[in-house]
Amino acid sequence: MDVAILVFLSSGLFLGWSLGANDAANVFGTAVGTRMVRFTTAALICSVFVILGAVISGGGAAHTLGKLGAINIMPGAFMVALAAALTVYLMTKASLPVSTTQAIVGAIVGWNLFSESLTDAGTLIILVSTWVICPVLAGVIGAGLYRVVTGGLRVAKLHLLRLDAYTRIGLILAGAFGAYSLGANNIANVMGVFVPVSPFTAFNVGDLFAISSAQQLFLLGGIAIAVGVFTYSKRVMLTVGRDLAPLSPVAAFVVVVSHSIVLFLFASQGLEHLLARAGLPTIPLVPVSSSQAVIGAIIGIGLMKGGRGINYRLLGNIAAGWAATPLIAGVTCFVALFFLQNVFNQQVYRPVAYELSAPVLARAEAQGIDTGRLGDLAGRRFASAARFTDALGEANGLTGDQRDALIRLAEIDRLVIDAATLARLGKGSLTEGQRAAVATLVGQGFDHRWLLDDALERASAEWRARPDTTVNKLFNRALDEQRRALYTLFRVDEVDIEP
Amino acid sequence: MKRTAIFSKTRELEGQIDEFFDKVGDGALSFKLGIGYYLSGDTAAFEEKLKQVNEIESRGDTLRRQIERKLYAQTLIPESRGDVLGLLENMDQILNKCEGPMWQFAIEKPDIPAEFHADYNNLVDSAVAAVEQLVMAARAFFRDAESVSDHMHKVLFYEKEGDKISTRLKMAIFAGDLELARKAQLRNFVEHIDDIADTAEDVADRLAIYAIKRST
Repeated sequence: MDVAILVFLSSGLFLGWSLGANDAANVFGTAVGTRMVRFTTAALICSVFVILGAVISGGGAAHTLGKLGAINIMPGAFMVALAAALTVYLMTKASLPVSTTQAIVGAIVGWNLFSESLTDAGTLIILVSTWVICPVLAGVIGAGLYRVVTGGLRVAKLHLLRLDAYTRIGLILAGAFGAYSLGANNIANVMGVFVPVSPFTAFNVGDLFAISSAQQLFLLGGIAIAVGVFTYSKRVMLTVGRDLAPLSPVAAFVVVVSHSIVLFLFASQGLEHLLARAGLPTIPLVPVSSSQAVIGAIIGIGLMKGGRGINYRLLGNIAAGWAATPLIAGVTCFVALFFLQNVFNQQVYRPVAYELSAPVLARAEAQGIDTGRLGDLAGRRFASAARFTDALGEANGLTGDQRDALIRLAEIDRLVIDAATLARLGKGSLTEGQRAAVATLVGQGFDHRWLLDDALERASAEWRARPDTTVNKLFNRALDEQRRALYTLFRVDEVDIEP
Repeated sequence: MKRTAIFSKTRELEGQIDEFFDKVGDGALSFKLGIGYYLSGDTAAFEEKLKQVNEIESRGDTLRRQIERKLYAQTLIPESRGDVLGLLENMDQILNKCEGPMWQFAIEKPDIPAEFHADYNNLVDSAVAAVEQLVMAARAFFRDAESVSDHMHKVLFYEKEGDKISTRLKMAIFAGDLELARKAQLRNFVEHIDDIADTAEDVADRLAIYAIKRST
């Protein structure tokens, strides 16, 4: 790995550090602030569980962020993370509530605009709606849990000292769970933008398990968060502990548990799978704001106690943050990308061209799209997604779905399968059958990703996606990741189409 | 196992707090018996009770110091530590107020006319009853803060009874034809005993606030 990669990753590590410095306080702030748990104990538990959460369960939310905008080159990812980190840093300096999640989403949209890529509206809507759902859900869980816990304590009539001892253990366990959930959910913010351009390759640890390239990134990000926890979070924890002083230790425990449950719900692929199997609706896996979950839970408990002493201005500030944070991050990212490109001569995005070539038209026809309507667009090449959609917009009579399908089909991604590159592919990342299928394609080139997908599906059943049901989601997502690894591996930058 | 070690320390401290409250209750009961013996003229039994109250008081002091040191050294119950500390010190005051009059009886050996004996005994009964209810309220504070008020109103009731008896007794003392110096001495002893009930009431008032803080 060369030094440039580390330099580019540094902005993500900075973002991870500031996340550790700020958000660890949501998990252990009251425990340390009220001196129920020693800082060193809290920091150690927090670091270990953040890293575990990031590496083991970090994939789900990162995947969603990747769908919002696939940043396709390292310097671009660097600037997106840096813009988000700067926004978080500046807003924290200005004492405004800020969420890393909202900053990174704004920065990604900024990159999409700069590179004239498309922002997936569906994903964006899911993301934005979870910002509202997350604190509300934390509030509902917090209120319910508080009622159950206080009711139980009333019956149990524990001695004050016994309650104190149990609360300490409860705070440590809840903190560990909270740190795990924080790592699982928020690692996407820190390292998500680097996943599509990951410089790492998957490798095996003995025959036990494989560590994917994304997991290596998450490990690095997790370590950055841990460094943030150890170097800077003590002050924040003491402040949080003081600010939330009216909370009793039991209420603090309920807050941490509710926060952790919410972050876990939005991060757990296992739970998603379980829900899908039981035929229940699944929860989207998205990064949510840890701070807002905490505030939601506190307000939930406050309402349960009769709504006295609730800081409604704080609520207003959060709502303002929903709009302001992504806006600031987006604008910062856009401007900074301009400088990086024109002053520092870095390529901040890999241009993606679109062409309605003969195979695209044939496939479109097969999908029931009337290509006759496309008129003189056929055979023309467009330099960016934005220009292509503009041109499509002029072609009459296409539904939104058809337009999206055409955009997917027409995207040019020149892939050439060669034996030497295939040999570099990590051993554990593909099954034997999958690898053999790729090997049959050596020497062939593809202008569109879906052409490679088709060829692989023809070569082996193991490359075939299962029917698109929620139960199969996990399998298909893993397949997607394997496909993406192939695209990155076999991509050739010259986009000229051979005759 | 560290976990069980944590709980064994907790159990030990819980035990010490319970023992401290036992001592406050024992001190008040020994005081009651001691004054009874004094009034009935059984000097040997009175001396015995004086010694006992003395030992109880110093054991109470030791327990209080140990508990306080543990609470701070192990940073236990950070939210209620100040309140618990205040409660323990005030309860300890009650032990001191039981011990003080016993010594004064031993030193001054007041000659109390027989017609006042019944009311002295009544006064001691209500003061000690107030302390006993306070001990129950204090125990409840640690286990079930909401039931503190059940004992609270009884403390207040016995304190008021004590006030009535002490006023009646002082009026009777000064209405008689004893020397002024003796009247003043007898009044002092009434006030010393009544002071126990007054202190119990003050502690109970504080305890009510601690309990409200705990149950919110």
